[in-house]
Amino acid sequence: MSTTKKYPIGMHPALPPPSGSVGPVRWMRDNLFSSVSNTVLTVMGLYLIYIIVPPFVEWAFIDSVVLGADSRKECLKIMGDDRGACWSFVYKRWGQFVYGFYPVEERWRVNLAFLLVAATVAVVLVERLRANKALMIGALLLPVICFFLITGGLFGLVDIPTNKMGGILLTMIVGLTGIFVSLPISIMLALSRISKLPIFSILATIFIEFIRGVPLITLLFIASTLLSYFLPPGSNFDLLLRVLIMVTLFSAAYIAEVIRGGLAAIPVGQYEAADALGLSYWQSMRLIILPQALKISIPGIVGSFIGLFKDTTLVVIIGLLDPLGIGMAAISTTEWSGLGTELYVFIGMFFFIFCFSMSRYSLHLEKKLHTGH
Amino acid sequence: MSGTQVKEKKSVTLGSIWRDKHSRGVILQIIAVIGILLFLGNIVSNTVENLDRLGVKVGFDFLSEPSNYDINQTLIEYSSSDSHFRAGLVGLLNTLLVAVCGIVVATILGFTAGVLRLSNNFVLSRLMQVYVEITRNVPVLLQILLWHGILIHSMPVPKKAEALIEGVILTNRGIYLPQPIPQEGFGWVWIALLVGIVFAVFFKRYANRIQTETGKLIPAIWIGFVAVIGLPLVTYLLMGSPIEVSYPELKGFNYKGGFVIKPEFMALWFALSIYTGAFIAEIVRAGIQSVSHGQTEAAHALGIKPNFTMRLVVIPQALRVIIPPLISQYLNLTKNSSLAIAIGYMDLVATIGGISLNQTGRALESMGIVLGVYLFISIAISAAMNVYNKRVSLVSR
Repeated sequence: MSTTKKYPIGMHPALPPPSGSVGPVRWMRDNLFSSVSNTVLTVMGLYLIYIIVPPFVEWAFIDSVVLGADSRKECLKIMGDDRGACWSFVYKRWGQFVYGFYPVEERWRVNLAFLLVAATVAVVLVERLRANKALMIGALLLPVICFFLITGGLFGLVDIPTNKMGGILLTMIVGLTGIFVSLPISIMLALSRISKLPIFSILATIFIEFIRGVPLITLLFIASTLLSYFLPPGSNFDLLLRVLIMVTLFSAAYIAEVIRGGLAAIPVGQYEAADALGLSYWQSMRLIILPQALKISIPGIVGSFIGLFKDTTLVVIIGLLDPLGIGMAAISTTEWSGLGTELYVFIGMFFFIFCFSMSRYSLHLEKKLHTGH
Repeated sequence: MSGTQVKEKKSVTLGSIWRDKHSRGVILQIIAVIGILLFLGNIVSNTVENLDRLGVKVGFDFLSEPSNYDINQTLIEYSSSDSHFRAGLVGLLNTLLVAVCGIVVATILGFTAGVLRLSNNFVLSRLMQVYVEITRNVPVLLQILLWHGILIHSMPVPKKAEALIEGVILTNRGIYLPQPIPQEGFGWVWIALLVGIVFAVFFKRYANRIQTETGKLIPAIWIGFVAVIGLPLVTYLLMGSPIEVSYPELKGFNYKGGFVIKPEFMALWFALSIYTGAFIAEIVRAGIQSVSHGQTEAAHALGIKPNFTMRLVVIPQALRVIIPPLISQYLNLTKNSSLAIAIGYMDLVATIGGISLNQTGRALESMGIVLGVYLFISIAISAAMNVYNKRVSLVSR
């Protein structure tokens, strides 16, 4: 303080900003308490957090019982009252939640299939691995491999009837089949809808608008009650297969609209340039239009997939045992009755983890693919 | 011209027809039509054969037969001796009721959350983000079941329930409210309301004209508001309050009288509103963000007051982006209301497509009706939206 150093004019080093204009205090004043109404809102928000979060954490984690109870009564005995959650039924029935009624000695096949799917997802997501042709071909073969792994009937694998499949396995089957089989169908639908040939465009429009105009649950009812009328007499179709057909058509219609949006975003000049190069329709689509249109559509497609994944829970209404169905069966037994909240929260967390990470990934893609200005 | 002449001279072979773009298009379309017709024909013949084999009659005569089942929530007079048609109508009205109530709450919730999400207030914007992410990423069926479970289990049975205020009782069989029953002379109140609305509309137009001609601002919205509320109120008082209130009373194990909101309806209503509200919040946020900041700055530079900037510059432009996806969310909500069947709310799918179908075995006709009604609703709304889009779309080159 006492020694004041002389600086030439204009050479004085920058002073630190006055206190109160930086740091957490300033940040709080700007973001939380900038005005009276803002302060009121902040306090209300904090109060809301206070009345929701601590009780939920206490209920779900601190006071809850996970292991060591064979029925709800035992849960209550361990806790003393019913202030906490009783997760024991999830623990006890974990196998069912994951595999449904898949035979225990064959569960390794499901595990292997899950592992393969996870590996494929990694291959598709990581750019360095995506460049590897052999790995990509392996990824494309995956659905076939998984199909035989899970249903069996080949290479000495035991045949497993589809009514044994349930739980997360079923969710994965419905979700992944829905997305992979519907992708090519939806590309064809989108191309037909914007086609200059009126018949194709009308047929595709009718199909898409019909599917998008009715709730999925009515389509599933059709699969479970009406589809047998439409098939040749005497043919007996598996319920899971019927559901898969309906889910595929359903998601194809939605993804077709996403892809149509992508196609509409391609400037006319690209089509004209392809024509000028003398490319045929399919060549121009394959080499010029679709690569660009699909790239733009990817976030939308991921969005549709999230929707489809959530909608797989509806199969419980027509009697398939997805995780929700397994759980409902569990809480309708005398040991575990009255654990509805626990069940819905548990299944909700499962879906949240998957859907949230997918939506984050889609957001990331959107940013990465945003090559415009 | 010369090109076409050259073409005409060429001999027409199958190969040349195929190579010609137009004729190939025609051929492909004919093939597609034939394929579709064969496919549909196959389905129809299969269906006829199957129905024949099972001995099922086809026709809509079952609609006039008595339904023999009860519905726990009806907007119109209904009993189990009424026809299946009337049961379906009750179901349709229930679907529309929950859809309309859900749309109103989802819109309020969504707009609030969407705006707060953009606020500078860190706590609130994060809170809204958490709300949006959690509800968007959990299946709506689970949310419906969860709400239903909470409402059923956390509320007391009617015998133990106590009134919150006089006549308002929360029980696990629903919320009982006093029901106002209009007496003679109440019709005048409706007429007054109508007059108030008509006056408000015309006054607003008049105010707009005055503003364009002279630049003078008349608080037309407030005056109209007073007219719409005040006129019926004054009439009501002048007529000597022609309303009697029926209070719910405990009789046996349940309350009688009054007005009851069933837990099934509430669960569906809450879950659909909260779920759709999260989607609407994201739409609103994107819409507001789509209006470039330059617009606000330009409005400020022109000396337009901040609240007018919002009302006259930002919101009209944001709405153009917001409304189309908003309407499609409304449609989604309406379609999602069909999940009512999971908790026993008697909507269209649960009545005509559920119990009626099971009782009469007329699967084709019942599902046909259900699909037809949903298609009608969604096509009507999309058509209305197209008209709106044409009206508000920017006139471009």
